[in-house]
Amino acid sequence: MEKRLILDTDLLQITINRLVEELIENHKDFQDTVLIGLQPRGVFLAKRIQNRLNERLNKELPLGLLDTTFYRDDFRRRDTPLKANATKIPFIIEDKKVILIDDVLFTGRTVRAALDAMIAFGRPRLVELLTFIDRKYTRDLPIQPDYVGIRVNTIKTQRVLVEWTDQGAENDKIWLVTNEEK
Amino acid sequence: MTNLSVNHLLGIKDLTADDIQLIFQTADHFKEVINRPIKKVPSLRDITIANIFFENSTRTKLSFELAEKRLSADVINFSSSNSSVKKGETLLDTVNNILSMKVDMVVMRHSSPGAAHFLSRHIDANIVNAGDGTHEHPTQALLDTYSIREKIQELKGKKVAIIGDILHSRVALSNIYALKKLGAEVMVCGPATLLPKYISELGVQISWDVREALEWCDVANILRIQLERQQLKYFPSLREYSLYYGVNKKLLDSLGKEIIVMHPGPINRGVEISSDVADSKQSIILNQVENGVAIRMAVLYLLAQKRQN
Repeated sequence: MEKRLILDTDLLQITINRLVEELIENHKDFQDTVLIGLQPRGVFLAKRIQNRLNERLNKELPLGLLDTTFYRDDFRRRDTPLKANATKIPFIIEDKKVILIDDVLFTGRTVRAALDAMIAFGRPRLVELLTFIDRKYTRDLPIQPDYVGIRVNTIKTQRVLVEWTDQGAENDKIWLVTNEEK
Repeated sequence: MTNLSVNHLLGIKDLTADDIQLIFQTADHFKEVINRPIKKVPSLRDITIANIFFENSTRTKLSFELAEKRLSADVINFSSSNSSVKKGETLLDTVNNILSMKVDMVVMRHSSPGAAHFLSRHIDANIVNAGDGTHEHPTQALLDTYSIREKIQELKGKKVAIIGDILHSRVALSNIYALKKLGAEVMVCGPATLLPKYISELGVQISWDVREALEWCDVANILRIQLERQQLKYFPSLREYSLYYGVNKKLLDSLGKEIIVMHPGPINRGVEISSDVADSKQSIILNQVENGVAIRMAVLYLLAQKRQN
């Protein structure tokens, strides 16, 4: 197994700051905009984005958590079943601009499920996708991000490993893992 | 753990404590789903479920049907009162006929103990036992213990009294199994004629005095007197039963502590439980019904998951 560092802690923070500036550029004071992090792993990134936005805008923005497990198209088709996580949407999304946040965009199937799951809470005016890692050339569906931390070239057998201190890692770091050929 | 250890839900006896916890955790998520504006998820959209009820039911049947629809499954209903069973068809023939219409899961209630087990040995679909005679009623026990857990967090070490017709009650047996697996202490209470002879071998305490049971317990699960199953006379009259074993406000108030009151329904008001208790703050009877849908969604979801494409 080969592990290559894509983003270290400093660069990761710089990237988050840049993404936040891009968000402010488009959404100004976030009057009609809400943030939703995708469970389980997008939530860590979403919390960092939320914290940084709070700092920059000097207010408390709410953050929703959305779990896509029951909406996935691979239920009963996976070798290992997924465990559901909590969904908490503490605000009304009807007629709001929603920013969906996930750490890695790979096949696009999670985002498709997330769009379905989100509609159960209302009809947003606009939905945008923010993803930290965009794995190029791996998409199964026509889904593209509006805000990207970093784009990487990967093949399907590789894996992007995101470590957050929230999960007990020493530092925030992002790795590209290549499994050896069998 | 993300998978159940069983392919059918025939009884609580076959489940592990981990299975029960997994069902509870999954039910937590479904409880959130059924409180949304759109109370439906598409998980089981490629699954067809047959609800086969050879015995009357309101709550359980509605609850299962709602759970199935909330999961987007296709549902067919069957009840014996208006079917070919009346013409002499056997259980296996009836079910095989239904299965040849490409049904994936079967929810069955039957008056014979072991009917669900029998079926599970002969057909390919996943079976959920919705009550088999006086044997087990697993989803009821799951929603009962889930409702207690919701009210007092942890079941370990808690004392639960099951009061009433233990002999004829599938709810009692399934509840005893579930409570013991979750680490609770159980006492059964009722007239000696309505307590099975060897019940203490399940590791439960026995009382013939309803006051003693109520003073001992944190939670009282009060069962219905099942007159339809009693071919003999087990007590002189309903009035006498109500006098000696009925739970009323005066009795509860004299305990000096607040216990949780449950009832699996249907209630015989004024017999085993008085109206002022059934409708009181202490009663979680309607929470039990709400949780029933979430629990049944969890069971169906987790069993469907075992059914690989």
